[in-house]
Amino acid sequence: MIRVEGLEKHFGSTHALRGIDLDAAEGTILCVLGPNGAGKTTAVRILATLIRPDAGSAEVAGIDVLRHPGEVRARIGLAGQYAALDELLTGRENLEMIARLFRLSGATARHRAAELLERFELVDAADRIVKTYSGGMRRRLDLGGALVASPPVLFLDEPTTGLDPRSRLSMWDLIEDLAKGGTTMLMTTQYLEEADRLADDIVVIDHGKVIARGTAAELKRLIGGERLQVTVDRPADLERAASVLSSLGEGPAHVEAEERRVSVAITSVDGVLTRAVRELDAAGVAVDDAGFRSPTLDEVFLNLTGHPAEETPTEAAT
Amino acid sequence: MSLRWWIADSIEMVKRNLRHIRRTPELLLDVTLSPIMFVVLFRFVFGGAIPIQGTTYVNFLMAGIFVQTIAFAGVYTGVLLANDLKNGMIDRFRSLPMSQSTVLTGRTLTDLLRAMLAVTVMWVVGLIVGFRPEGGVLGAAGAIGLMLLFGFALSWIGVAMGAFVRTPEALQGLIFMTVFPLTFASSAFVPTDTMPDWLRVFAEHQPMTLVVNAVRDLTLGGSGGPDLLPAVIWAVGLLIIFFPVGLALYRRRTSQ
Repeated sequence: MIRVEGLEKHFGSTHALRGIDLDAAEGTILCVLGPNGAGKTTAVRILATLIRPDAGSAEVAGIDVLRHPGEVRARIGLAGQYAALDELLTGRENLEMIARLFRLSGATARHRAAELLERFELVDAADRIVKTYSGGMRRRLDLGGALVASPPVLFLDEPTTGLDPRSRLSMWDLIEDLAKGGTTMLMTTQYLEEADRLADDIVVIDHGKVIARGTAAELKRLIGGERLQVTVDRPADLERAASVLSSLGEGPAHVEAEERRVSVAITSVDGVLTRAVRELDAAGVAVDDAGFRSPTLDEVFLNLTGHPAEETPTEAAT
Repeated sequence: MSLRWWIADSIEMVKRNLRHIRRTPELLLDVTLSPIMFVVLFRFVFGGAIPIQGTTYVNFLMAGIFVQTIAFAGVYTGVLLANDLKNGMIDRFRSLPMSQSTVLTGRTLTDLLRAMLAVTVMWVVGLIVGFRPEGGVLGAAGAIGLMLLFGFALSWIGVAMGAFVRTPEALQGLIFMTVFPLTFASSAFVPTDTMPDWLRVFAEHQPMTLVVNAVRDLTLGGSGGPDLLPAVIWAVGLLIIFFPVGLALYRRRTSQ
């Protein structure tokens, strides 16, 4: 449904994309995971016909994006981290305008807008201007705008970045519902947790290149699964805590001195926590907090590339 | 892309812009309050000091105020477009199967409506302070038609500038520095005969003067005078040049 081969794009001397391949089967969610500046937004903008690549080919719903952008536009929806809405129009007016521009008749446009407002729980705010909307409401309306023409393919560019946890969960539910309805989606995210929950397939990109791909389970095997994390009371204990954890987990323990935290990848959670606390106690380490957590994007990148996910502010979204 | 859809999309864009105006009425200050201020100030400050042969100063002045206001409002399209370009909404439009040039035609057509409002307001205020047009309905229609044509052409220059500059603020400065001297080095507020030669030659041949003279002649009972044809040619010429230029600059700007 979405097929991309050898996509390249540079802005001036910055190589945003250096040959990316992507493939999403009909009705699946493909997550493009990467830090800021990895090239995620550029890839989405090319697929949504907003910019042209320097090299490579892209096909959406069987149509060549470069040769027939107009036909692609009739089959896609785009929702992004910067909600593309008219601030001075009401939620209803936004949706009706988009519907009219999709060439729906006046009556159909009104009906469709009402339907989407209902579905995204925006009925009460429907006739208020978007300026007064919260971040979560904007994203929902933005997603509604992308769905006006019921497109078979949807591009979601960091749909939950900057949202509070509750809005994020409700956005996830909406995305899952769409997937059940058979919509093919390509979404970008900086959150491993998000990719883990929603994606059928994950592609990890960094500096414009694919550095890993697979299902969430495959990637976790690649990078080590859960982590055991301990916060110690006294900074002086960090070293001893690290040596205890290293003996319990996979590979060396990772120390974050400022936070007084030590973490290590583990293969199985069974009994590890009890053993860790017991052995730390025996070693005279005072423990503030101990528990399991999923690896962060930083750790994924550290494992895959040997360097942490850098914040490169070069991903010009203009 | 059929003409029918192009018209439908343009109307949708105009509707959007009119809603913006309804919600931020201060967007209309430049076509309501400031022309009123200009009419009243010029009428009463210069009205007694500047003698005009054959008619009153206010009758002479109105054509100048009309064209000045239309010129500013026309080029101001660029500021409104530059504001639009900062907004994520343009990306939305570009991902829709609509006809893309209507983002611009919607903008310039809305500004044509703004110009009509400005003309109406000024005409009424003019009548109150002593403006006595003698050209009848035909002369008035001709004068207004020419002004609006000129304003529409200028709003495409505005589009080109708005798509070219980085910020709306920069454009505002640029407009002030170009349109302001053009309106004063013209026949808009005073006859050109007392200007020094170098300025007079420029003032008599620049488009603003040609349009002002033609509008003045039409409102005062003439049939447009010798400057009518060159004025129309200027307006149509600017439109023919700046419509594609504006569109191309907009495409270039938004596809980066």
